[in-house]
Amino acid sequence: MSCALPFTDADCVLLEHGSGGRLSHRLISELFYPAFKNPLLQQEHDGCVFPVEAGRMAYTTDSFVVQPIFFPGGNIGDLAINGTVNDLACCGAVPMYLTAGFILEEGLPLADLQRIVETMSRSAAKANVHIVAGDTKVVERGKCDRIFINTGGIGTVPPNIDISPLRAAVGDAIICSGNIGVHGIAILSARESLGFETVLQSDTAPLNKMLSALLAQHEVHVLRDPTRGGVGTTLNEIARSAKVEMVLDEAALPIPETVRAASELLGIDPLFIASEGTVLVILPEKAAAEALSVLRQFPEGKNAAIIGRVTASGKASVQLKTGYGSHRIITMLNGDQLPRIC
Amino acid sequence: MQYLDDYRDSARIRTLTDAIDRATTRAWNIMEICGGQTHTIARYRIEEILPSAIRLLHGPGCPVCVTPVSTIDHAIAIARRPNVIFASFGDMMRVPGSQTDLLRVKAQGADVRLLYSPLDAVELAALHPNREVVFFAVGFETTAPVHLMALSEARRRALTNFSLLTSLFAVPPAIAMILDQPDNRIDGFLAAGHVCAVTGNAPCQRLSAKYHRPIIITGFEPVDILYGIYKCICQLEHHESRVENAYKRAVPEAGNPAAQQLMNDFLEPATREWRGLGAIPSSGFRLREAFAEFDAAQKFPLRETAPHAAIDTRCIAGEIMKGNRQVVDCPCFDTICTPTHPLGASMVSAEGVCAARHNYNQQ
Repeated sequence: MSCALPFTDADCVLLEHGSGGRLSHRLISELFYPAFKNPLLQQEHDGCVFPVEAGRMAYTTDSFVVQPIFFPGGNIGDLAINGTVNDLACCGAVPMYLTAGFILEEGLPLADLQRIVETMSRSAAKANVHIVAGDTKVVERGKCDRIFINTGGIGTVPPNIDISPLRAAVGDAIICSGNIGVHGIAILSARESLGFETVLQSDTAPLNKMLSALLAQHEVHVLRDPTRGGVGTTLNEIARSAKVEMVLDEAALPIPETVRAASELLGIDPLFIASEGTVLVILPEKAAAEALSVLRQFPEGKNAAIIGRVTASGKASVQLKTGYGSHRIITMLNGDQLPRIC
Repeated sequence: MQYLDDYRDSARIRTLTDAIDRATTRAWNIMEICGGQTHTIARYRIEEILPSAIRLLHGPGCPVCVTPVSTIDHAIAIARRPNVIFASFGDMMRVPGSQTDLLRVKAQGADVRLLYSPLDAVELAALHPNREVVFFAVGFETTAPVHLMALSEARRRALTNFSLLTSLFAVPPAIAMILDQPDNRIDGFLAAGHVCAVTGNAPCQRLSAKYHRPIIITGFEPVDILYGIYKCICQLEHHESRVENAYKRAVPEAGNPAAQQLMNDFLEPATREWRGLGAIPSSGFRLREAFAEFDAAQKFPLRETAPHAAIDTRCIAGEIMKGNRQVVDCPCFDTICTPTHPLGASMVSAEGVCAARHNYNQQ
């Protein structure tokens, strides 16, 4: 993929790029079309018309406002594709088509936009999805933070797949497919005001191929990516939906040393830090060991671990079994985690 | 992390709980003074693994919790001034004043910044010479030197647009006030290791000698806290009342002379109001008159005092922090009083006992 006319650092987004006139047209034809090129996108229509199969479809949308927009291991473009692809995959769907809506702040260097769009193109190819419709708006300086992206996505759900938080049941195992908290700490370390640097890179990645392989071989009850709010919040949400009690094993949690160390410094709990390239899988315990080996065949799943079990029904709770036998309750957070004073 | 893991090690925890079990022959009430310790006790459910004869009482050890509502109101009034950048540690952001909190005034357009160090506020002041940068300097003896280091740096760089809104407390006078209650039931104390790392052992020695209570200088990890409790029980069982340092890896006998010097240079003792406990003589610090230009309270006086929020008489936070009552005695806990709508001090910050128990779903 290459852009017909690469933009220089001096070129930047102007209000006219969103006005529908000549500059809008150039932006679309010279930047978006070459990057996202596919026949469905290039119908030159108000929307995309595509054939459908009989059966069930999954449909989702997500908006991305990450700051900073470039961070170790990726940028807002990776998140915009992977986030929506993973949301579809967590519905048990095979992601097919995405839409992308851009809200740009005037003054954003076109080279930055180009870099982001090229990243989106690469991520979409990796996930085997096509971007089939899009929109661009430009707002005055100060009205948004450089770039916001919304992506919508649609996919087909194969027969016999029934993924829902309501299905978490007593006797299920809880698997975490990858490391906890890596993305959140990578973002925090990239923020200018923090003043410490870690070697961590965001692990944002499309997980649909790994999950398709898993679903082809095993009955899975729940899939959920623990993005905002992290593993702690996500499991609480599932426990509340299914009204079940979950017990996690503290020693089994795949939390890398760097995430633990940074969390201690900042006074935050890794269980509530956003993870991107990780998915929580809840499935009957008898299939857990085999499911683990399926996940571990993929680079995104090499750190997969069984982190806990669904132990009772009737009352929603998430508990953490500590090494010395006491149980800590993991509750929902009151807003963002803020660092402690001392 | 190896360093921390050693102090969370389950085998060491079991060894200590066994030792405490063997040493305990009767009921004892032990108060921990620091909110960090309270938080660890709730998080690791330390009370569940202790013998039932040992009752932990949770003292007024969180500076965020005990900062009076009037000070929060003052902070909010300063933050709302058009030319001010108001900077604070994260945990003051959600603490409600009488009308609103800092996060809400930020949402309404005030320039409120969450920082990890007061020195970052000095950088902000240098970066924005035409604006006033105010840092919310809240803390005990532990944090005060860090705020003063920032002030000292601002002076060195001749920045006249930097000031501190102070809410600085001294722990020993509050403990003395609690022990002066004739019917207090506290047998021994775990002192806050980080406070002692600054002040040294001397303030604890004076308290212990006057009130005949064992005071164990204690750290913040589960092993530290259990070790502190063990040392306290051993003294109590042998009718002793000494100061013992169970946190030697952080607390030298003399404390931190450089930090003490900084405090002495910039601060003088003052009567402070503690939310939940009321005004206590010499229980805090204010900037010396020579540094009035760095005192945000003087630089930006409240134009009008907001009417004092009525104190909810159902809240027993004061009695809890004095060790007279327990969270379990409070009918408001987790019903009408939650971290989102705290009625009193100990629900205000994650290090207050009520909020810690709420967060870890424990009565």
